[in-house]
Amino acid sequence: MEMAAQPSDTLATLKTESETLKTKLEEERAKLHDVELHQVAEKTEALGQFIMKTRRTLKGHGNKVLCLDWCKDKRRIVSSSQDGKVIVWDAFTTNKEHAVTMPCTWVMACAYAPSGCAVACGGLDNKCSVYPLSLDKNENLAAKKKSVAMHTNYLSACCFTNSDMQILTSSGDGTCALWDVESGQMLQSFHGHAADVLCLDLAPSETGNTFVSGGCDKKSCVWDMRTGQCVQSFETHESDINSVRYYPSGDAFASGSDDATCRLYDLRADREVAIYSKESIIFGASSVDFSLSGRLLFGGYNDYTINVWDVLKGTRVSILFGHENRVSTLRISPDGTAFCSGSWDHTLRVWA
Amino acid sequence: MTINTLSQDGVQRQQMPCLTKMERMIISMQDPDMGIKLRNQRLLITVIPHAMTGVDIVEWLIKKFSISDEEALHVGQLFIKYGYIYPLKEPRNLILKADDSSYRFQTPYYWMSTRWPASELDYAIYLAKKNIRKQGELIEYEKECYNALHKRINHTWDFVVMQAREQLRASKQRRKADRIVLECQEQAYWLVNRPPPGTQDSIDHGPERRTMNTRVQLNAEFYKKEIEHNRISLARNRVKSSICLESYVKYCEQYQPHDPIMQGCLPSNPWITDDIMFWNMTSETVALPTKLRVERWSFCFMELLNDPMGRKEFLTYLEKEFSAENLCFWQACEDVRHGETAKIPEKVDEVYKQFLAPGASRWVNIDSKTMEKTLEGLKRPHRFVLDDAQMHIYFLMKKDSYPRYLKSELYKNLLARAIVPQETKKSVFPFMRRQRHSSPSPALATQTAEDDGKAKNSNSNSGTASRL
Repeated sequence: MEMAAQPSDTLATLKTESETLKTKLEEERAKLHDVELHQVAEKTEALGQFIMKTRRTLKGHGNKVLCLDWCKDKRRIVSSSQDGKVIVWDAFTTNKEHAVTMPCTWVMACAYAPSGCAVACGGLDNKCSVYPLSLDKNENLAAKKKSVAMHTNYLSACCFTNSDMQILTSSGDGTCALWDVESGQMLQSFHGHAADVLCLDLAPSETGNTFVSGGCDKKSCVWDMRTGQCVQSFETHESDINSVRYYPSGDAFASGSDDATCRLYDLRADREVAIYSKESIIFGASSVDFSLSGRLLFGGYNDYTINVWDVLKGTRVSILFGHENRVSTLRISPDGTAFCSGSWDHTLRVWA
Repeated sequence: MTINTLSQDGVQRQQMPCLTKMERMIISMQDPDMGIKLRNQRLLITVIPHAMTGVDIVEWLIKKFSISDEEALHVGQLFIKYGYIYPLKEPRNLILKADDSSYRFQTPYYWMSTRWPASELDYAIYLAKKNIRKQGELIEYEKECYNALHKRINHTWDFVVMQAREQLRASKQRRKADRIVLECQEQAYWLVNRPPPGTQDSIDHGPERRTMNTRVQLNAEFYKKEIEHNRISLARNRVKSSICLESYVKYCEQYQPHDPIMQGCLPSNPWITDDIMFWNMTSETVALPTKLRVERWSFCFMELLNDPMGRKEFLTYLEKEFSAENLCFWQACEDVRHGETAKIPEKVDEVYKQFLAPGASRWVNIDSKTMEKTLEGLKRPHRFVLDDAQMHIYFLMKKDSYPRYLKSELYKNLLARAIVPQETKKSVFPFMRRQRHSSPSPALATQTAEDDGKAKNSNSNSGTASRL
């Protein structure tokens, strides 16, 4: 039996053991990597000239836009900002339909319920609250607010699962959690990140049981929603992971990081399979999303631009200018006809 | 991206990789051989050394990174915003102009990574110097800051004034050109770190990360768990890259015609033409679906189930085959899995009565082992108690009913009748924008039926629901 001389020795030993295993894991993963994605994609037709323009500009937030989510109806959007305002827009007409003022600033997370009848949001209040949307102009939306999630640090992301009844959250307290909306009960918690969790995305799989998260520990983790276990993790980024998004088939996911790269991880190969980067891109990617076919990866960056990547060939297809401050959030519309970007310049833009 | 206010050493650098990268670029821009050619610049009656023009900066960036003019200008602009390069002629205008305007590299002493956060004391000394040097030189917001600082750090004000006087005295002993350069550098630093109100704040970085409230304890238990996870991961079955990656090529190819951004959509993309025909034709309740939509159901079982219309068609087919209870069962299980916790027991009970009980009206055919396990689990119903049974029925449908549906007359018939929309012709009068119609909000209406009659139509700004 090993006699631990001091508690710190054991901790250091454990840490080293973990690091050694991680190195071994990367070696194992490399063994089956017999070809690069862009090689496999050599015969694929290259993309031609790419023109996307701002088709709508949503003005109304008085401060930095931090998060956005589309409604299933393909035209409505909910967005949240630094000053606590959460706005629901009909992005097509640019009309504002609902507005809520949260009791906290920096509302970093917001999500539209699948039914279109409610929105969830949260931020520095460490909570996730659900607001049923009412069409009654006289009703104060805040009156019917339901407090669902409670973390011990800021809420960084939230999303509804397949129904209005469950919400998945990630937090600066280093954990993710699944909640029952009606009762506010925590159904499952997910521990494993070593620092703030900044983002998450639900897997579009047949059995609908997993999600991926990314954090300040440079790690992305795939979780089993039933058991709370981390089933796969990847640690190849060099800085905080700000955004994770599944490839439409569910077999892979992309992540955007402060290290100015976006990366693609294949879940069956169990490794990173592509890096999307360019020497001239210095600032972090804050938000990523795929086009409907998965051929294009859109990245919103902290240098105010949006870079469009050819997922298969690994090259950058286009750079979109327009925002006058950081792009903080970016989502493709449910039917893939457009994507929306939100920025610290107080506006949202719909591009097509 | 945040800067840790608690430390200014290596930890901070790690948290701001963009600064490290910018600095590397700045250094290579100043390389004697491969860098920008610097020259003297006349500023009024003084000659400032080591200056460059805006065009120099842009051209160097274009050549170095093979990027466009626009991107090079944008990247160069960032260097100025973050204080690594400053303009000589109009110091308050932190903009890069791609002409012969003069710029200089900021000294590393004043780099953001070296001196962050800017100290209040230093700012006070800077403002005091300005004030002493020339009365009335402080502009409005600087006067306000000066007064505020005077109040806040009043106890060290003697030190502030003394330092200011000392620095002014030392600078008088320098050559005029050097003095002007140092003044420019200092001014540039403060314009970035204490921007005038109304201008953009480059150093604003958002809420802090990795604070004391991040409660993850990196203790023995944490590492033990990590070790366990890594051990399991090592033993995992992996698939060769050549097999995995091929699937992306196939997927992208298959879905490309369905990707409006890649290949457009018929009749037109509503966001581009303001015409919502596309949404009308692809809505849930449309009479006849589009060909693309029906084709998509054949890609995989999930595509069929995810489309409410597809699901309905499939149900119709199953009814003909007397196996509709499978889909109904699957749907009921989904409802349990994703529904309210409180309603689970009653829902599970319903499912049992309808689908699993001996002699149930819509009995589903599950293998005996799964049935036994499920029935046992029903004694203590929870969210996932029906998972095994649901999975069994799902794969049954996927492997058996689904392929046969795709070969059926029902499907083929629908595919043949499905619409291929005509492309919307571009407007004859390009300046006439189409009216952007509102759509009914999916949100619950609390208005009564009488109110509906008063609801406005078309793109009013009232935000009320409209009837199309």
